[in-house]
Amino acid sequence: MLIKRSSNGIDLPYSSEITPRAVFEARRDFIRKMAVGSIAGTALFEMANRAAFAQNAGAQKLAANLNSAYALVEKKTAYKDATTYNNFYEFGTDKADPAITAHTLKTRPWSVSIEGEVKKPMTLDLDSLVKLAPLEERIYRLRCVEGWSMVIPWVGYSLSNLIKKVEPTGNAKYIEFVTLEDKKQMPGLRSPVLEWPYVEGLRMDEANHPLALLTFGMYGEVLPNQNGAPVRMVLPWKYGFKSAKSIVKIRFVKDQPRTAWNIAAPSEYGFYSNVNPDVDHPRWSQATERRIGEDGLFTRKRKTLMFNGYSEVASLYSGMDLKKLF
Amino acid sequence: MLLTNKQVSWFKIVLFILALLPFIRLVSFVFLDKLGANPVEFITRNTGDWTLYFLCFTLAVTPLRKLLHMPWLIRCRRMLGLYAFFYAFLHFMTFLWFDHFFDVAEMWKDVIKRPFITVGFIAFVLLIPLAATSTNAMIKRLGGKRWQWLHRLIYLIAPLGVLHYFWMKAGKNDFSQPVLFGLIVAGLLMIRLWWRWFGRDPVVVTGA
Repeated sequence: MLIKRSSNGIDLPYSSEITPRAVFEARRDFIRKMAVGSIAGTALFEMANRAAFAQNAGAQKLAANLNSAYALVEKKTAYKDATTYNNFYEFGTDKADPAITAHTLKTRPWSVSIEGEVKKPMTLDLDSLVKLAPLEERIYRLRCVEGWSMVIPWVGYSLSNLIKKVEPTGNAKYIEFVTLEDKKQMPGLRSPVLEWPYVEGLRMDEANHPLALLTFGMYGEVLPNQNGAPVRMVLPWKYGFKSAKSIVKIRFVKDQPRTAWNIAAPSEYGFYSNVNPDVDHPRWSQATERRIGEDGLFTRKRKTLMFNGYSEVASLYSGMDLKKLF
Repeated sequence: MLLTNKQVSWFKIVLFILALLPFIRLVSFVFLDKLGANPVEFITRNTGDWTLYFLCFTLAVTPLRKLLHMPWLIRCRRMLGLYAFFYAFLHFMTFLWFDHFFDVAEMWKDVIKRPFITVGFIAFVLLIPLAATSTNAMIKRLGGKRWQWLHRLIYLIAPLGVLHYFWMKAGKNDFSQPVLFGLIVAGLLMIRLWWRWFGRDPVVVTGA
């Protein structure tokens, strides 16, 4: 699925032509380990492991130009960490589960139905959805409500492109994302940890914010199943669970949607769930976070930033008491 | 089943090594870089799990000893209890060191503010006097009766540990494991109540 394009007039190399970070890191690591003459057996084993994970064998490339407005200079999280440490309860509650069990998810054929308060309801198959707007690569911080964070290069386009196309009516105040619910493909559905299907939602102005990314890929490839294939939301100023995965339905609605985690524990997970260092989770502080792959055992956790550092969304919430509407 | 003194000694050596294996595995993972994406979380959960396992093992000694007619098992109980303390100590140190970087004021805020940490902290603090009075000399100094009373704190510590785990999991809505631990601990405590209320050793049916 190579889509040739040069938006922004910037002629950047396709991300697929760049040596993936994990690979060159692995090379450097290898050289270093050889140089210090560490225990060769272990080093070689580790090296082989990492190289194998550097790229998802046989994964489809999904090329897109980097949008320089969202080109973070922070170090990207290793592909292996981003694809083996996931919260995706449809595939198990342990963060190691999805990478092991999500192979049962069938991402083709796939269609997304867009319905509710819109003038042009439609059902789009995945290919039409991907082609709806130019794909961009954006490097976003991801902050999990559990207190850890990653930096991930996503591939997608602003959700506003889709919203424009279906022409919401004046009644459309909120937007609701519904994840696939299929027991045959998703072993986690057997457990009643959440109300299925997984539903997430946004206020209309939030959904229209350019940061809200309808996402099809990461690290220059189509999304791995465990990361929410084939299409998901990425909302970098909100805690990770707000970004619905494996979306089959997008509904435009009048009333604030009942969202999965809010139903499960309303005192712990608010509808907005904006990243906010001043509003603690009842069971842990949100003031700091551990960056996966960087803040290890002997490093202090780093400070969490308001809106995860995306201050451009602040105007969406002016006049709101974010301590109450957390 | 009766064992000779020598056999019991061997059994204890094997048990000691087995009980140390989780720790050796953890340390080797640190050096082999196998703790996964979030090493602190891995260590915290691993040491917490093993604390609960050893609390259950310790509580299981008396019922097993009676039910299986293996009186010598009592000689392993101190070691199992001390291992429970050992893993609880590692669990606490992970919290204090890797999570709070020895910022005791910060840690204290966490302990007071969050009930699941409060409960875990209390359970750990209560384990300290038990570990400290585990030597033969201390048993003598306290006197058997008083020592036994003190060590009945385990009946409080184990449920507190399960509650700590239950509350930790509460927000994730995933209760299967805490409930399992809860049932095991409840079973181990109930059997004692049963014996207390309905005679000493109702299970001695066959001539052992």
